[in-house]
Amino acid sequence: MTTLLIAEHDNASIKDATNKALTAAAALGADVHVLVAGENAKAAADAAARLSGVKKVLLADNAAYAHDLAEPLAALIVSLASSYDAFVAPATSRFKNVMPRVAALLDVMQVSEIIKVVSSDTFERPIYAGNAIQTVKSKDAKKVITVRTSTFAATGEGGSAPVENAAAAADPGLSSFLGEEVAKSDRPELTSAKIIVSGGRAMQSRENFAKYIEPLADKLGAGVGASRAAVDAGYAPNDWQVGQTGKVVAPELYVAIGISGAIQHLAGMKDSKVIVAINKDEDAPIFQVADYGLVADLYQAVPELTEALGKLGK
Amino acid sequence: MKVLVPVKRVVDFNVKVRVKSDGTGVELANVKMSMNPFDEIAVEEALRLKEAGKATEVVVVSIGPAQASETIRTGLAMGADRGILVKAEGHVEPLAVAKLLKAVAEAEKPGLIILGKQAIDDDSNQTGQMLAALLGWPQATFASKLEVEGSDFKVTREVDGGLQTVKLKGPAIVTTDLRLNEPRYASLPNIMKAKKKPIDDKNASDYGVDLTPHLEVLKTAEPAGRKAGVKVKDVAELVSKLKTEAGVL
Ligand SMILES: Cc1cc2nc3c(=O)[nH]c(=O)nc-3n(C[C@H](O)[C@H](O)[C@H](O)COP(=O)(O)OP(=O)(O)OC[C@H]3O[C@@H](n4cnc5c(N)ncnc54)[C@H](O)[C@@H]3O)c2cc1C
Ligand SMILES: Cc1cc2nc3c(=O)[nH]c(=O)nc-3n(C[C@H](O)[C@H](O)[C@H](O)COP(=O)(O)OP(=O)(O)OC[C@H]3O[C@@H](n4cnc5c(N)ncnc54)[C@H](O)[C@@H]3O)c2cc1C
Repeated sequence: MTTLLIAEHDNASIKDATNKALTAAAALGADVHVLVAGENAKAAADAAARLSGVKKVLLADNAAYAHDLAEPLAALIVSLASSYDAFVAPATSRFKNVMPRVAALLDVMQVSEIIKVVSSDTFERPIYAGNAIQTVKSKDAKKVITVRTSTFAATGEGGSAPVENAAAAADPGLSSFLGEEVAKSDRPELTSAKIIVSGGRAMQSRENFAKYIEPLADKLGAGVGASRAAVDAGYAPNDWQVGQTGKVVAPELYVAIGISGAIQHLAGMKDSKVIVAINKDEDAPIFQVADYGLVADLYQAVPELTEALGKLGK
Repeated sequence: MKVLVPVKRVVDFNVKVRVKSDGTGVELANVKMSMNPFDEIAVEEALRLKEAGKATEVVVVSIGPAQASETIRTGLAMGADRGILVKAEGHVEPLAVAKLLKAVAEAEKPGLIILGKQAIDDDSNQTGQMLAALLGWPQATFASKLEVEGSDFKVTREVDGGLQTVKLKGPAIVTTDLRLNEPRYASLPNIMKAKKKPIDDKNASDYGVDLTPHLEVLKTAEPAGRKAGVKVKDVAELVSKLKTEAGVL
């Protein structure tokens, strides 16, 4: 019995999502190998080899794996399938894209976004925007699993596993990469941020996000999130969306500003340790999950808060 | 080019579902059902391709109980040309849905299949990718922009860090994200017209696909609740509580 964890990385380093998915992979009870597929990804493979408990790292270094194309990456994972009983990956956009393709090629049902490993074949996963938790048992001989990373602690370093090269699989040549627009930001990524400040429709413009939300986030060293309404209106980029159909986060502190608290938004943040809501409507549903609610006009309260934190030396 | 759009009947997004007290599932009796919102976006995109002269026919297909024909009618009222209902009772997993859709695709030979990125009930986010794998077609999930280039497609995708643009060799699979378009409402005349549009009735058994679930649902439970906290009177009290009580500053 061996489990293959497929790593989220940027070729130079391993992403925090991998450390968290490793905790889930290890809970299956078998040895864990890690697959690092990328281009010039030796540094990421070396980082994976240092993760505690990893027995072996496979490095598939090839131009075909440079841009997250689902078809070649799925072909690679399937080419390794005979040696493994379970395939685990964090539920990032890369693996939400590729893992179901792997599952179908192996003729098994993927178990999506598990939040708990009950045993090697039984898992808990949220359905209906987290309003119900299903316990499912997989009857497939090989398991394909994606992990909701917000519910697992990160595994640290302390290992020294060997790194082996894995041969590239034949590229089906069905798709090609044309370009990307990736925002460069010094702020922490949403899914690993300890603190998140999110703005909703009440922000009214992208300029107001920059004027009110971002300075507060910078004072707190926080990541910035948004509701779907704010993203749809163009006030915030798509990769900031928190919710059932955006990113699921569970930081130490989540500050929701001008967000009403629709079920779909709550699904993405209600496991945060401490929730603060600032909303001018005292009946907004967000207050039903907030530890600290402030009924106020955000255009007054947010600058005040930013200033008060400044005085605290933040 | 023909465009095939699989549409799923799900609990309406405004409904907060309740878990059954015996833990066997969620309460679905007398709950409002609608077309999965991502599938409305998929139908809309297909219709826009037709209106732009890039598609010749839009076919909607649903797999589910007899009532799934209502979901197909919704698609027809939006403007799709015809429907296919594949009747299947009970638990049909994404893998089985994908196998049935593969059989439908082989019969219909579309140049493009547009699905929702996820169904808002099971939140599996699998069916499109599985269908692409089974057909051996390329896939572009989480699309926010779709352009037809001859028989190929240029698709912009919403990914964790921003946006990615890929080119797919047709025939291909695309799954929709929220920003792809804003779906139209069906007008009353179109709702009337839709009643006369054809729906082909099939049974899952016609396709020889094994529907036996691979996943056994052992139980369905209420998530751990979260209690409302306190209201603070001003920013000063908020900062003080965060510092001393919550210890997060
Ligand atoms: C298929 C589907 C998927 C979805 N997925 C997501 C998702 O992933 N994430 C998500 O967030 N949503 C999602 N939604 C949308 C969700 O249903 C809500 O529409 C959305 O979350 C509302 O955003 P909001 O709270 O910013 O806006 P609103 O609901 O309009 O709330 C704005 C709030 O701001 C307050 N306000 C206004 N002015 C001020 C002021 N000056 N000071 C203080 N407060 C003020 C108001 O009182 C109000 O409570 C989805 C919907 C569908 C159908
Ligand atoms: C009466 C009935 C009862 C069910 N009970 C259960 C249950 O208790 N537990 C359970 O896990 N599942 C149940 N299912 C199956 C479940 O509803 C889904 O069809 C299946 O699990 C697919 O998962 P998903 O919708 O999350 O897939 P996703 O991969 O999230 O769906 C993505 C897209 O695939 C397409 N798609 C998915 N399903 C269909 C479909 N049926 N027809 C056409 N297009 C489709 C849509 O375009 C959709 O947007 C039931 C189905 C029926 C009909």
